[in-house]
Amino acid sequence: MTVNLSSSTPVSDSMQPKTTYASLGNTMWSEIKNDKMALYSLILLTAILVTVYTGSFLLDLEKINRIDLYNIYAKPSTDNWLGTDYGGRDILGTLIIGAKNSITIGVVITLISGLIGLTVGLISGYFGGIIDNVIMRIIDFIIILPFLMIIIVLITVVPVFNVPVFITMLSIFLWTGKARLIRSKTLAESELDYVNASKTLGTPNWKIIVFEVLPNLSSIIIVNLTLTLAGNIGIETGLTYLGFGLPESVPSLGTLVSYASNPDVIQHNWWVWLPASLLILVIMLCINFIGQALKRAADARQRLS
Amino acid sequence: MLKFLLRRTLIMIPQLFILSVLIFLLAKSMPGDALTGQIGPQIDAERLIELREKAGLNDPWHEQYARWIGNVIQGDFGKSAIYQQKVTNLIGDRLGNTLLLSASILLVSYLIAIPLGIIAGRWTDSWVDKLIVWYNYLAFATPLFVFALIILFIFGFTLQWFPIGGSVDIQADKGTMDYVLSKTEHLVLPTMAGSLLATFGTIQYLRNEIIDTKIKDFVKTARSKGVPERKVYSQHIFRNSLLPIAAFLGYEITGLIGGSIFLESIFSYPGLGQLFLSSISSRDFSVVNILVLISGSAAIVGTMLSDLILSWVDPRIRVD
Repeated sequence: MTVNLSSSTPVSDSMQPKTTYASLGNTMWSEIKNDKMALYSLILLTAILVTVYTGSFLLDLEKINRIDLYNIYAKPSTDNWLGTDYGGRDILGTLIIGAKNSITIGVVITLISGLIGLTVGLISGYFGGIIDNVIMRIIDFIIILPFLMIIIVLITVVPVFNVPVFITMLSIFLWTGKARLIRSKTLAESELDYVNASKTLGTPNWKIIVFEVLPNLSSIIIVNLTLTLAGNIGIETGLTYLGFGLPESVPSLGTLVSYASNPDVIQHNWWVWLPASLLILVIMLCINFIGQALKRAADARQRLS
Repeated sequence: MLKFLLRRTLIMIPQLFILSVLIFLLAKSMPGDALTGQIGPQIDAERLIELREKAGLNDPWHEQYARWIGNVIQGDFGKSAIYQQKVTNLIGDRLGNTLLLSASILLVSYLIAIPLGIIAGRWTDSWVDKLIVWYNYLAFATPLFVFALIILFIFGFTLQWFPIGGSVDIQADKGTMDYVLSKTEHLVLPTMAGSLLATFGTIQYLRNEIIDTKIKDFVKTARSKGVPERKVYSQHIFRNSLLPIAAFLGYEITGLIGGSIFLESIFSYPGLGQLFLSSISSRDFSVVNILVLISGSAAIVGTMLSDLILSWVDPRIRVD
C-alpha cells in the first residue's frame, strides 16, 4: 500500500498542467545550451561571422587586390599573417573577403530556394490530387538529374555570367528537397481536425495555409534551412573550386582552395589553400552541430533537455 | 506487384525522353555545331554552308532531334571536335576507370558503414555509439573536395605513401600482376576520400532502423521465447534492416557522378568526370552532351531499379 502511494505521487505531480509553455525560441535555445558541441559551435560561428563582416568592412579592398610581384608566395610573416598568393596578394585579406562572399551567397541561395520549396510544398501538400501528383513527378525528375554536371554546362553556356545569375541557377535546382519535406508535413497537417474545422467555417484556403498550417511547420523549416545552409556553402565553394562558381573578381573561399590544383602550391605553399579549406570545414561543422540541436528541439521525442 | 512494376517502368520513358530533349536544346544553345571542328584552311565558307545544308543543320529542331536521338540509340555518339575522334572511343577506357572507382568507393563505404551502423544501433547511447554518431556528423558536414585535397596533401605529398595522380603506372604492361597492383595503388587515395564520407546515409539508416525495430512486438516475442540475444539480432532484426540497403545502390548513382567530378579532378584520375571537365573547358560540346546524357540515363535507370528492388523487399512501398 505504502509502495503504491509513494510511486503514485510523482505521477500525479507530472500530470498537473503547467501554467507556462516554452516557446519555439526557448526550446531551441535550451536545446543548444544542453549540447556542448552546439553551444561551442554557436560561439565559434558568431565569432567567425563578426570577424568576417567587420573585417571586410574595415579592410582596404584596393590594398588586398594590389599585385606585388616581388612578394609572390611569401611565407606567413608579420606583414602578411597568412602569407601571399601567386600575385603577391595578402591571403588573410582574401580569406576574409572570400568568407564573407561565400557565407552571404550561401544564405541568399538558401533563402530563395527555401521560399520556392516552401511555396511549392505547401501548395502540393495542401491541395493534393492532380496538382500534387504533377508537382511530385517533376520533383522526382529534377532530383535524379546529375545536378552538378548540368549546372556546370549551364554556367558555361549562359551568355552573361555574374553573381545573381549564379544564385538563380543554383536556386532553380536546390528547392526540390525542401518542397518534398514541406509537402509531406503539410499533407499530414491538412488532414488534422483544425484544418477541417476551418474549412467548414469557410476560411479561404490561402488563409488556412498561411496562418494555420505554416506556423505549425516553422520549427521544421528553421531546421531545414540551417542544415541546407551548410550544404549550399559547400556547393558554392565546390563549384568555385572547379572554376565554375564565382568569378575571380568576387573571391570565394573556393577560389583560395582552387589554387591547390597547382601541385607546387598544394605541396609547398600550404598557407595559400589550407586556411580556406579548414575555414570551410569549420563553418560547415558549426552550422551542422547547431542544426542538429535545433532538429532535436523540433522533435519532442529527441530532446535532451 | 506486376502493376507496380509496369507503372514504375513506364514512368522512366517520359523521364528519359525529357532528359534527352533538355540536353538537345541545351546543345543547340551552345556556340558551334557538329561541323565547327572541321573548320580549317582546307574548307572555304561556301563549302561549309553546303555541308551544313547536307548535314541537316538547317532543318527544324524536332527533325534534328529525331535524327540525333536515333543515332545515339544506335550507339553513334558523334565526333569530338577537339580530339578528332569518335566520342565512343574517347569514353571507352575512361568509363571503365570511373566504374572501377565508383564500385570501389561503394564497396569500401559499405564495408565501413554496415558494421558501424549495426554497432551503433545495437548499443545505443554507449560511448561507441556516441563516437560513431560523431563520425557521422563529420562525414555529413565535410565537403568532398576539401577532404579529398587534405587526403592528397597528407598521404600523397607529405607522406608519399600513394601515387598522387593517374589510374595506373605508365610502365606497367596490361595483364601483368604489376599492372593490377599499380591500378589498385592508384585507387587507394580517391577511394579513401570518397568512401569515408559516403558512409553517412547507410550508418544513419541502419542505426535508426535497428533502434526502431528492437522495440517491436515480434522482437519482444522472440526474446520472451528465450531466443539468445545474439540470435535476436542476427536473425530477427538485421534481416529486416539490412535488406533495403541492397536496394539503395541505384539511388547512389547521382551522388557518385557528382563525386567523381571532384575526385577525378583532384586526383587527376582519367575517368568520365575528368573528361567532362576537360571537354567543357575546351568547349567540346559534342562530348559534354553525351556525358550528361549517359550520366542522367544511368541515374534514371538506377533509381528505377532501386525502386523495384525496394518494393520487392518491402511490400508496404507498393501501396504508395
